[in-house]
Amino acid sequence: MRSRWAFAPFWLTYLFLYAPIAVLVVMSFNAADTPYTWGGFSTHWYGELASDTKIREGLVNTLIVATGSTVLATVLGTLLAVGMARYTRSKVLGALATLPAILPDLVLAIGLLAFYSAIQATLGLHSVLAAHTVFGMAFVATVVRTRLTHADLSLEEASRDLGAGAFTTFVRITLPGLMPGIVAGALLAFTLSIDEFVIAFFTAGPKDPTLPIVIYSMVRFGVTPEINALATVLLAVSFTAVILVQRVTRLTDSLR
Amino acid sequence: MLRMSAVAVSAALALFSLAACGGGAADGKAEPDTLDPAADLSKQTLTLSNWAGYMPEDLPAKFKARTGAAVTITEHATNEEIIAKLTAGGDSGIDVAFVSGQFAQALGEQGLLEPVHADLVPNLKNLYPEATELAYDPGNKVSVPYTWGTTGLCYRKDLTGYEPDSWNDILTPRPALKKKITMLGTERWMLLPAQKALGFSANTQDEGELAKAKEALVKAKPNLLAFDDTTFGDRLKSGEAALVEAWDGWCPTTEKNIAFTVPKEGSDLWVDTMVVLKSSKNKEAAHALINYILDPEVHAWAAQNIMYKVPNQAAMESLDAALVKDYPHLGMSPADLLKQESLVDLGEAAPAYTRIVTEVTAQ
Amino acid sequence: MRTTRRRRLRVEPLVLLGPGLAYLLVFLVVPLGLVLSYTVFQRGRFGGIVYEATAENFTRVADPLYLDVLLHSVKIAGITTLLALALGYPTAYVIAKLPAKWKTLALIAVVLPFWTNFLIRTYAWIVLLNSQGVVNSALGDLGLIDEPLQLLYTDGAIVIGLLYAYLPLMVLPLYSAIERLDPQLGEASANLGAGPVRTFLSVTLPLTLPGVLTGCVFVFVPSLGNFVIPELLGGGHSVMVGNLVRDQFLKARDWPFGSVLALTLIAVLVLLLMAQAWAARRFSGEGDRA
Repeated sequence: MRSRWAFAPFWLTYLFLYAPIAVLVVMSFNAADTPYTWGGFSTHWYGELASDTKIREGLVNTLIVATGSTVLATVLGTLLAVGMARYTRSKVLGALATLPAILPDLVLAIGLLAFYSAIQATLGLHSVLAAHTVFGMAFVATVVRTRLTHADLSLEEASRDLGAGAFTTFVRITLPGLMPGIVAGALLAFTLSIDEFVIAFFTAGPKDPTLPIVIYSMVRFGVTPEINALATVLLAVSFTAVILVQRVTRLTDSLR
Repeated sequence: MLRMSAVAVSAALALFSLAACGGGAADGKAEPDTLDPAADLSKQTLTLSNWAGYMPEDLPAKFKARTGAAVTITEHATNEEIIAKLTAGGDSGIDVAFVSGQFAQALGEQGLLEPVHADLVPNLKNLYPEATELAYDPGNKVSVPYTWGTTGLCYRKDLTGYEPDSWNDILTPRPALKKKITMLGTERWMLLPAQKALGFSANTQDEGELAKAKEALVKAKPNLLAFDDTTFGDRLKSGEAALVEAWDGWCPTTEKNIAFTVPKEGSDLWVDTMVVLKSSKNKEAAHALINYILDPEVHAWAAQNIMYKVPNQAAMESLDAALVKDYPHLGMSPADLLKQESLVDLGEAAPAYTRIVTEVTAQ
Repeated sequence: MRTTRRRRLRVEPLVLLGPGLAYLLVFLVVPLGLVLSYTVFQRGRFGGIVYEATAENFTRVADPLYLDVLLHSVKIAGITTLLALALGYPTAYVIAKLPAKWKTLALIAVVLPFWTNFLIRTYAWIVLLNSQGVVNSALGDLGLIDEPLQLLYTDGAIVIGLLYAYLPLMVLPLYSAIERLDPQLGEASANLGAGPVRTFLSVTLPLTLPGVLTGCVFVFVPSLGNFVIPELLGGGHSVMVGNLVRDQFLKARDWPFGSVLALTLIAVLVLLLMAQAWAARRFSGEGDRA
């Protein structure tokens, strides 16, 4: 069992995951304007990227949506998780709360498009934000609920017995105990919102595309090395973020 | 808890029926608004949606300098994309949209467009007379043509080794060209080569004809490299493709070996139009913009910028002869164009076309 | 005391559950209800919905054309899932047996590509698989091929793209299932004379089956509904259910029929979840998921 070939699929997985990314990173420093042949080292495409207003606007839109939906999703999801743990064992409600997390994104997307259309809502960043809150909330609720099953209820009891009101108990006792779960859920919601394309594609207004929508139209209009530069920047940012999160919150521990 | 679920369910039903009622959009033409010719345009801000790279980049700045109205540009990749956004909900926030004629027709029939106020667009007189009586919108009641052109074969002479002149060169290619051909993937233009090769109308609703066209496309598909609406020009330049179905303005004929031709069986006459949305709150500025674009100097500038023909007589006559030599299709006269068939909206037959596209791509 | 306690009992559930459930009601239940109701109505001439009941949408979906597309999508998503399992299971197994320090690193390394944009990850494969792309020029330089291979715009390219997009979703639940295994079970089995293969088949595999199924659902469901990868890597040669739904909503403006097609996605999801719940009860005695 301990033979060397047992590790082959392990290394193959990492090769498969990282080879395409390595090619993108290397090609982002390519001077040539085709992504296929090497034309010498250059940071030209990073300059192009920096001066690309469409990408910048897309990025700002994405950050607005991700931040807004994460805040909403975290509040709603946390309250829902605590409420469900305390007051209901309803399987239907439980399934409802996790449904957006497993529902195919396309189904949620057309549902929301149909809904917005039916109420004659104006599409814009707010419609994407509201849509992203739906699945963000499901993820927050799920993560917080797993945390709740391990939570110690005696502290809350003690707090109440000592005369603290429901609100004080919630803020002073319940929330701090759940904090690692809430932070993990919020991070998850934020990450998923930043990357989300399908729902945004259906529910964004024509005036304010999010970054994935901008990238989608770029990719459809052919290969441009500018995307390589963008990929490298995004990769560097996520890499740094992971290291920071790892250092600061010990995320993996809190998830266990 | 039970009571709460009951409340939730009834609330859902109430919301749902409310939503359902709002769904039935009114059909029929919209009544024109009363517009003020003397409105202060500097108080209006336009949002305009156009295809990427389909107008000069500094046009908004120049328009603002002339009229005082600011313009924000948003971009769409396809007609379908912008139509989906315009029909999706309430106010899309778009004032002026650039869409192909048959789509302008569909938007108009749904009452989503403001009728063109001809008195606010004196430059309408610059249009070729041929461009004012096109089948999708006779009299330009709801749309104003921006560019027009046709669809044909764009090819690399050095790679094909001969001069293709028929849609059959794409549908049943010579063995050397197999997998070196792309066709447009957008519904109407995917069907066009087969429809024309078989001698049918590009707007046909006849089931038998559509079935035959589908058959021809199914046979052609194994020899295609891909269906491609956006990057066929690059593929020709790189040599990945040798012969592609292309819109005239996007055939890179400045490259030494690349040429464009309209197949002998005929082709379509497409028109990309400018429309003002009924929901726009800046209709005076919207009309001013359309009028500005129809100015011969501005329209010629746009044509030189995007290399598409514009239906503006004075503008076309002012084009540099050297440019027309580089882009021979710019020399096509309105009479030549009118020999091609004007595309109109399919209405009830639209799902049949979608079905054929699905059948062809799913093979 | 009595009164305040009673008050709390009535207000607190409302404060805690109310906002979340109301939000789900408006942005999940009503939208899905709308899609469901559209399945029995008709398309308007220029799109939109005509509220006249019809069963036509359901008879249309039974057409061999759409059934073929559905089967083809299931095939592609199925192959993707099997490949992900074949690659993901040994990987998760090795990770679970790594020393704690390396374990965390290996896990992060699986998730990290997931944090670059999904479209960019797909785009990477256009660059790699193109006829002038990295793979073809490497093979050409090695003298293995004379003519570039047609790699892009094939079903194979779609499978690779889907696999690349969703492989981490297979590895993570498998990892957590394998990690929870009691190592003593394997030792006991070995002591009883079972070989490694037998131990794997009769002890390890059944105990990790819920994780396997979770991973399969996580990969299969989004693969089936994906329309971007078939479009970008399939070059319009191949249509999947996701493309059909997208096209009915955004191109043909036939929402009722698009809704029926979307219903098939939901049906597949429900079937898979039922299978997963069954396996979880059958093989681990507990219903908990990754």
